[in-house]
Amino acid sequence: MLSTVGRALRNSSTPKTLFVGTRCASTEATFEVAQCKLHKLEQGPATTVTCTREDALKYYRQMQTIRRMETTAGNLYKSKQIRGFCHLYSGQEACCVGMENSITPEDSVITAYRAHGWAYIRGISVHGVLAELIGKKTGCAQGKGGSMHMYAKNFYGGNGIVGAQVPLGAGIAFTQKYLNNGNICITLYGDGAANQGQVYEAFNIAMLWKLPCIFVCENNGYGMGTSVERASYSTDYYTRGDYMPGLRVDGMDVLAVKEATRFAKDYVLKNGPLLIECATYRYSGHSMSDPGTSYRTREEIQEVRQTRDPITSFKQKLLETNLVTEDEMKKIDQDVRKEVTESEKLAIADTGPPLEDMYDHIYVQPEADFKVRTCDPVTMVASR
Amino acid sequence: MSWKFLRCLQNAKFLKKNLQTSLFVHRCASVQYVPDTISAAHGETTRMNLVQAVNNALDIALSTDPSAVLFGEDVAFGGVFRCSVELKDRYGRDRVFNTPLSEQGIVAFGIGVATMGSTAIAEIQFADYIFPAFDQITNEAAKFDIGQEIYLISPEAFFAHIPGIKVVIPRGPHQAKGLLLSCIRDQNPCIFFEPKILYRSAIEEVPSGDYTIPLGQAEVLLEGDDVTLIGYGTQVHVLREVANMAEEKFNVSCEVIDLRTILPWDEETVINSVKKTGRCIISHEAPITMGVAAEIAATIQDECFLNLEAPVMRICGYDTPFPHAFEAFYLPDKWRCLEAVKKIVNYG
Ligand SMILES: Cc1ncc(C[n+]2csc(CCOP(=O)(O)OP(=O)(O)O)c2C)c(N)n1
Ligand SMILES: [Mg+2]
Repeated sequence: MLSTVGRALRNSSTPKTLFVGTRCASTEATFEVAQCKLHKLEQGPATTVTCTREDALKYYRQMQTIRRMETTAGNLYKSKQIRGFCHLYSGQEACCVGMENSITPEDSVITAYRAHGWAYIRGISVHGVLAELIGKKTGCAQGKGGSMHMYAKNFYGGNGIVGAQVPLGAGIAFTQKYLNNGNICITLYGDGAANQGQVYEAFNIAMLWKLPCIFVCENNGYGMGTSVERASYSTDYYTRGDYMPGLRVDGMDVLAVKEATRFAKDYVLKNGPLLIECATYRYSGHSMSDPGTSYRTREEIQEVRQTRDPITSFKQKLLETNLVTEDEMKKIDQDVRKEVTESEKLAIADTGPPLEDMYDHIYVQPEADFKVRTCDPVTMVASR
Repeated sequence: MSWKFLRCLQNAKFLKKNLQTSLFVHRCASVQYVPDTISAAHGETTRMNLVQAVNNALDIALSTDPSAVLFGEDVAFGGVFRCSVELKDRYGRDRVFNTPLSEQGIVAFGIGVATMGSTAIAEIQFADYIFPAFDQITNEAAKFDIGQEIYLISPEAFFAHIPGIKVVIPRGPHQAKGLLLSCIRDQNPCIFFEPKILYRSAIEEVPSGDYTIPLGQAEVLLEGDDVTLIGYGTQVHVLREVANMAEEKFNVSCEVIDLRTILPWDEETVINSVKKTGRCIISHEAPITMGVAAEIAATIQDECFLNLEAPVMRICGYDTPFPHAFEAFYLPDKWRCLEAVKKIVNYG
């Protein structure tokens, strides 16, 4: 996998990501980010990104919160509080944080089952995510959805079938175009999903109708235990839209992702769809039942952690530019820890949904007397 | 049979802690597996669980049929459930191989392979992932006169509605091996569902050699006079237990039938039994409406109307989407089935 991300980056100009200059040491700084690889694009995102102090602190906090939340989810799973599926986002934080900060709450996002980070960044509280994972009434889907089924305003989940969300994203973008509301849809899928046929049906439709959709392939190197090289003839995922323009961005650099998304939003509103490949990495196994070490080496994971971790590298940049002090970040770390710990406690203490809830949510606004059969065909119960 | 239902058995402990309803923990107490008795004619036997029995059947299929190929997501590494371990080493990467993540592709590719006269054994990881390939199964596989075998881990009613397909579900290792070999060697496309809960929990002696169990034939597991209980897969074991409990508690004698093949299903065995007992309960884990039980019930009222002492009963899963927090409540467990036995014998 390192080969992929590594290759992805080698192909781009060396990411200097160094302090370039500060107009005012305490309010903002400009950073150089790696140039994106481009496909059918004359011009790509800028290679310098300016970031204010407040924004820097915000991105740092958001990434730390997701990391901490996922670590907690992993532990809750190990202690058997969370059952069923649980796919962690650790390592990929820069993707969702970078993207969210270049779109507005009115823009839409749809992703697959690796959704906790996205659910959080789209407005669900840490408590809402954790309670959902444990199956509590206070969870963001009332405890009935679990890891793969989290939704928020303009966040359409949360989809368990690999690749199935991609055509849905095109549909969402169609409505935005139809309403002419200036909004876009970010449609995410993985490197494994990139081999599903329906992804390409969606590309064609989106191009044909010039839909304001950013398709994003979060390339974390693996689809379950299969590395990209073993699954894909072409691992240049940003080119796989063929006639659809694309770019590959360093998905471990929150500022690069943010700039690429800013560029892409502007582009898709004017020209129709664009494909972004986010070169990133998944620290945990595919899901909690996968230790994640049989198909890659521990050294590989260690090396990414040491050299490319999205949080550590961002922190370093902020320190180098004197934009934020070490103490300020320590304070954030403490706040985040506190928030997540409290949410966790609360979620554990919450109650599960009442049994009657089982019969609900079959139809939207069912007829007043709509009932469902139970296991026993003569017993009918009301469904809301 | 869906893996979702099955997980709940493993989660019984968790439920106790979280829902504090000991009743349901009780209800979910895992299936009591009763091993098959193997006829001496089979010769040597080996103790196997269901995973090993499937692996063994695939091994025999690959060794006896040089045209057979096995493929699917992560199959060369042994598959996520370890059903294909070591087969790549034994038969080479040309015959046992991984595919990209592409279910429609996997099934359609298999149909192409089978059209050329080879035996295609395609694995789909979880039953939930078969649906991208639904079109290929319905519109292509079912309409070619080919032998293709798709083996996977769950739901049956959707596929039982496709003329030209065979749908098979084993109740344990011995059955799994014989039925899987029959499927692979059948000239028609077959879908073989593996009850995930039994993968490691069901262990019994399995004949070591090559044998098949005929498709389309149900098996009477327990003979009885008062009520016919019909199920397949894991539910057979629930029904067996129900029969014992009914005998003990109510002195009611139940006949238990394992359908084994869902399509085409063995009407004769079922009809003969119901004509004898006059009462019938059909049970499956899948939702009740439009389920397999509905079809069987309709046939029974058609064929056995004058023999019936009570309406046919169906004890099945709920008609609700699958709720994360309520896995356990889905099951048509032994208590529900026992309650039905009580009702059906006291009818009228
Ligand atoms: C249609 C379908 N097939 C198979 C699966 C099982 N499965 C779940 S995730 C996954 C790998 C997907 O990899 P990728 O798209 O790279 O996403 P990542 O897990 O890396 O985020 C597989 C094979 C599924 N959920 N849906
Ligand atoms: Mg991946």
